[in-house]
Amino acid sequence: MANQRRFTDMLADSMPKLVLAPSFLIVMVCIYGYILWTVALSFTKSRMLPQWKFVGFDQYNKLLNNDRWAVSSENLVVFGGLFIIICLVIGIGMAILLDQKIRQEGLLRTIYLYPMAISFIVTGTAWKWLLNPSMGIQKIVREWGFEDFTFDWLVNSEMVVFCLVIAAVWQSSGFVMALFLAGLRGVDSEMIKAAQLDGASMPTIYRRIILPTLKPVFFSAFVILSHIAIKSFDLVTALTGGGPGYSSDLPANFMYAHAFTRSQMGLGAASGVMMLGGVLAILIPYLYSELRGKKQ
Amino acid sequence: MKKTYNLSYSANGTKNLSLLGSVKDKANRYLQQRSIVQHLLRILLYSVLLFMALIYLLPLLVMVMNSLKDVEEIRNGSLLALPKDPSLAAWAKAWGSACTGSTCEGIAPFFINSFKIVLPAVAISTILGALNGYVLSMWRFKGSDLFFGLLLFGCFIPFQVVLIPMAMTLGWLGLASSASGLILVHVIYGMAFTTLFFRNYYVGLPRELISAAKIDGAGFFLIFWRIILPLSPPIIVVTVIWQFTQIWNDFLFGVVFSGADNLPVTVALNNLVNTSFGGKEYNVDMAAALLAALPTIVVYVFAGKYFVRGLSAGAVKGA
Repeated sequence: MANQRRFTDMLADSMPKLVLAPSFLIVMVCIYGYILWTVALSFTKSRMLPQWKFVGFDQYNKLLNNDRWAVSSENLVVFGGLFIIICLVIGIGMAILLDQKIRQEGLLRTIYLYPMAISFIVTGTAWKWLLNPSMGIQKIVREWGFEDFTFDWLVNSEMVVFCLVIAAVWQSSGFVMALFLAGLRGVDSEMIKAAQLDGASMPTIYRRIILPTLKPVFFSAFVILSHIAIKSFDLVTALTGGGPGYSSDLPANFMYAHAFTRSQMGLGAASGVMMLGGVLAILIPYLYSELRGKKQ
Repeated sequence: MKKTYNLSYSANGTKNLSLLGSVKDKANRYLQQRSIVQHLLRILLYSVLLFMALIYLLPLLVMVMNSLKDVEEIRNGSLLALPKDPSLAAWAKAWGSACTGSTCEGIAPFFINSFKIVLPAVAISTILGALNGYVLSMWRFKGSDLFFGLLLFGCFIPFQVVLIPMAMTLGWLGLASSASGLILVHVIYGMAFTTLFFRNYYVGLPRELISAAKIDGAGFFLIFWRIILPLSPPIIVVTVIWQFTQIWNDFLFGVVFSGADNLPVTVALNNLVNTSFGGKEYNVDMAAALLAALPTIVVYVFAGKYFVRGLSAGAVKGA
């Protein structure tokens, strides 16, 4: 009886840990274990199937001398940088405009936000028509009488990466707007009233008081956007197919192509590890501030 | 004495009044000017907002209009022209008989595949996230914060770094190319997000809520069921919407882990658009794209405001 009692007490005490245990196991195996596994594979000469013959940094050497990889990582810098900056600017701007006691705010918000609900495959398919010179915007503007108007970025290997930016901004800026709008609604209105009584103008109030309190939202938006940029795989697949040639490839497409269709598993693993490295460079400062914030 | 006092008082009073009058005049004129400026600003504000709304709506409008035309009309006319003779033929074909790679059954079967994957994956990952978040906020123990940190990291890894081992594991488990395999993958990599959402929401609840219940002898699950869950609808809505759109819209896991008979609709759509035999049927492509986007758009239009409300209620604050 007493034993049984002790057993049920023990069970009750460790219930939280028991509930967490499966998730703990999953995280350790399917995130950290798999990362180590991929790192290990990147040091082997695995092709179609894994072969545990270690070749040191050969795959990384191959990667760094690979023109397609160079193009795709350069594209990521251009695409990611522009995508994040433009989304933040549009998102903040529209959040501020929408926060001026607008009639039909709900309707407008729904319109700005709906692209976020759509998959990148659908976005890519839609923008593929709009950006196609012989069907989309170029053709429409020429029909309006501007015969020389040219907008052929989609088939221009120098400019195609900006097509990715246009479609991705269209899809994600509404979400950034929603994040900032939620943040603006949380700003203490007493503080704003006090500043108004002191004679501060609205632009000053935004710059000096409101935007600084939104720093955490800035940070979340930045991290979410860079995450979207790095994993953009489906947008490229649907919008450009990586073309012309491989001029619009991103690292995610490089990794998929080499690991799953071109039987270069070692090289694919190495490119995956490099992508993780890129994410870590952004993520570590974020996690650091997150954990420090918790302690305060 | 009293009289003079009164007089001076009244004299002062009238003086004040006339002064007040001229200030009022100035103020009125100022206010009038200001209200004109403000009026103009207001008009500018609304035009910017409406212009942006038009840009966001344009691709959708183009798709809807052109899905109602026939192929000839699209080739010869403008994308922006209204359909002369609207017909749902392209929609019927996209749904039931368009070719997606090797089969020609439209996207209907893949639409059903997606639901078969999304519904269980959303349910399981949400329940798991709620329980994890409950432990990580209300039943902290030594190491639980560290675990939360480790899990948080999982939200942000590029999935490319786990794809190869996952494919091998699914092969060993006999789940390669199966719907259950794909559900498992979505649950595993969605869990980090669902846990984050619930944990950040529960952290904002007063802890006295459960300490009193603990003293009364209520156990782990009873407290969860009776106290925590009834307070959870806002965050459940956010999590379910988030997971539903993430998993419905997924392409990467679908293209890597699913087999021919359980391809999700995103993969089928991509195959349909890129299927190259016969002439290109843009109207069918557009109808198929709209069909593939329909479930998540419906969710957003009807539940989007709860999503935004839930975000402000705490999902972003901690994140």
